[in-house]
Amino acid sequence: MLGSGLLQGLAVTAKNLVGSFHDPARYTTVEYPEVKEQLPESFRNFPFLVTDNATDPMGALRCVACQICEKECPPQCIYIEKSKDKKPDATGKPQLYPAVFAIDTSVCMSCQICVEVCPFDAIKMDQEFEIATTDRFSALLLNREQLAKPNTYFHQIRPTEAAEVDGRLTAERKAAEEKAKAAAAAKAAAAAAPKPAASAVPTATPAATAPTAPKPAAAATPAVPTPEKPAP
Amino acid sequence: MSATNDAFLETFPVTLRDAATNWLPAPWNWLAQGLIAVVAVLAIFGSLFAILTLVERKALGRVQNRPGPNRTGLPYTARLPWLKFTEGKIFGLGQPMADGIKMLTKEDIVPREADQVLHFIAPVAMLAMSLMTFAVIPFGRNLVPVELDASVLYFFAAGAATELAVFMAGWGSRNKFALLAAMRALAQLISYELPLILSFVPVVMIAGSLSTVGIVAAQSSWHWGFIPHWYVLTPWGFAGFLIFMVSALAESNRSPFDLPEAESELIAGHLTEYSGFKYALFFMAEYLGMTALSGMAVTLFLGGWNAPLPFLQFIPSYVWFAVKLLTLLMGFIWIRATLPRLRMDQLMHLSWKFLVPLCLVNLANTTVWHLTASLPLAVRWLLCAVIIVAPFTLIGRSLTKGVAPRTYRYAE
Repeated sequence: MLGSGLLQGLAVTAKNLVGSFHDPARYTTVEYPEVKEQLPESFRNFPFLVTDNATDPMGALRCVACQICEKECPPQCIYIEKSKDKKPDATGKPQLYPAVFAIDTSVCMSCQICVEVCPFDAIKMDQEFEIATTDRFSALLLNREQLAKPNTYFHQIRPTEAAEVDGRLTAERKAAEEKAKAAAAAKAAAAAAPKPAASAVPTATPAATAPTAPKPAAAATPAVPTPEKPAP
Repeated sequence: MSATNDAFLETFPVTLRDAATNWLPAPWNWLAQGLIAVVAVLAIFGSLFAILTLVERKALGRVQNRPGPNRTGLPYTARLPWLKFTEGKIFGLGQPMADGIKMLTKEDIVPREADQVLHFIAPVAMLAMSLMTFAVIPFGRNLVPVELDASVLYFFAAGAATELAVFMAGWGSRNKFALLAAMRALAQLISYELPLILSFVPVVMIAGSLSTVGIVAAQSSWHWGFIPHWYVLTPWGFAGFLIFMVSALAESNRSPFDLPEAESELIAGHLTEYSGFKYALFFMAEYLGMTALSGMAVTLFLGGWNAPLPFLQFIPSYVWFAVKLLTLLMGFIWIRATLPRLRMDQLMHLSWKFLVPLCLVNLANTTVWHLTASLPLAVRWLLCAVIIVAPFTLIGRSLTKGVAPRTYRYAE
C-alpha cells in the first residue's frame, strides 16, 4: 500500500534515535579531542628516527648516516650531513652518525620508501598527526632532536613490526658475535696448532653459516609491510 | 468538572493576568490584557523556537549516530556544584544563544539594486503574519488571546499572508534566482493551501462552528467514559489529520517539502540575498509557522487542550496542549530526519492528483458520517473507513503504477 515505505523509513530512524542512547553500535561517534581512538598499526604519516637509548637519544641513534634514504627519497625532503668522528652504537661498535638529519614535513609525501630502503631499521614511520603549527617554515622542518624517538615508542605504536625488527636485530647481533667468536677461535687454533685438520673443521661450520644467517631475515623485510596493508 | 475548572493551577495564568491589570480603568484594562497575551505568546513561543532548534539538531544527530551540538555551554554554570559534571557545557544548551548572537552580529548585506523597502519588509511581514496566527489558538481553558467567531478562517487567512512575504522577498531582492525561487515557492504554497483548507472543512461541518473555542468544546466529551471524542479518532478525522499534517509540512517549507530553500541543492531560494538577522527572522517565521500549524492541528483534530481520559483532568489544560503540541513538533523533526526531498513535479502531483481528490472524498465521507448518526458506532466507523481507504489505495496504486517498487542491482 502507498505509504508503507514511509513507515519503514520512519521505523529505521526511530530505531537509530532510541538506539543511540543505549546501543554503542548505533552511536559510533568518538568525541575526538577528549577521546582518542587507538590508531591502526598500519597508519603512518611522517618518518622518525629510532634510538635505542631513551635517556640519551642522540647517543644511540641507529642511523649511521649512510644517506641511502636521502638519495632514494622521491620528493627529496631528507637532508643528512655525516659526522666527522665515530661514536659507539648500541652494540659498542664505533659508527658514523648524522651530524644533521632534517626532514621537511611540508615536502614529505609519506611514501615510506626511506623505511623500505634503510638497511639498519633506523628510520620508521610515525603516527603523530596533531602537527599543526602557526609557523609554516621552521616549525615544519624537523631536526635530528625532534625526529629521534626511542624504540619503546616504536613498540607502542606498531607492536608487531617492532617485535619483528627487534627479533631480527638480536639474531643478527648474535650471529655476528658467534662469527667473531668463531673467527677468534679459528685464529687461536691456527696459531696454536700447525696441523689444523682436526680443529678447523668444526669451527669452520659456524663461520660458514654466519654470513647466511641474516639472509632469511633480510629476505623477509620486503614481506613485512604486506600483512600490514590497511584492509579495504 | 467544575472542580477542575476552578483548580488553582488551571486558572493560574488568568488569575495572574487579572491581578496585574485589574487596577486599571476599564478601557485600559482591555488593552493591557491584550498586551500581556502578546508578550506571553512572544516570550513562550520565542523561547520554544530557540529550544526547538537545539532539540532538532540533537535529534537529527542522534538519528545519524552522532551527538549533535553539545559543546556550547553557558558562562558560570561550571561553578554551580550540581552542574559541575557537565564542565560548563550543560549539553550544549548555550547553542541557541550563541546562534542568536552570531546572527545579530553578522553583516547585513542589502543588494544595491534591491527594492530597499520590500527587501526590509519581507522578513518582518513574514514573522508578523506567523505571529498573528497565534492569536486564535486556544492554549488552554479560557486561554485564547482573541476569541473570534470565525477564528479558523482568520488563522488560515493570516497564515496565507506569509506567502505574500515570500514573494516580496524574491521580488525585492532583484535577483533572478531569488525571483524564480519565490515563484516556485509560491506555486508550492498555493498548491498546498487547497488540501490544507479542505482537510479541516469536515471538522467545521461536524462541529458546526468556525470558532476554535467551539471546536475544542465539541471534542470535550468521552464515548462510554474513556474514548475521547477527538476528531482524529474518526475515519474522516484521521484522514483529514494526515492530509492536514502533510499540507502543514509543505506550508511551513519543512522537509521533505523544503524545495523553496533547498540548502543542499539551490543557493537558498528566495533567501538568496538575505543575510544576518533578516535571514534569522525567516527561520524564526518558519519555526513559528510550524508551531502555529501544529497548534491548529491539535485544536482541530486532537481535542485541543482536553485531557485524553476523564481522570487525567487534574493536570492543567495548558499542559495537555503543550504535550500534544510538542509531540507533533517531534513528529516534524522525525520526518525531517527520515524523508528525502521531493522533486518539483512530484510535489505538484502529490497535491493536485492525490491530496485534493482525497480531501473531496473525505468531505463526502463526512457527510455520510453525519447522515448515518442513527447507526451503531462500529458500523458507522467501518463504513466511513472503507469510504476513505478504498480511494486512498486506488489513487495511490494508479499514481505509482510503473514507478514503484523500484529494484536496485549492484554492478557486477
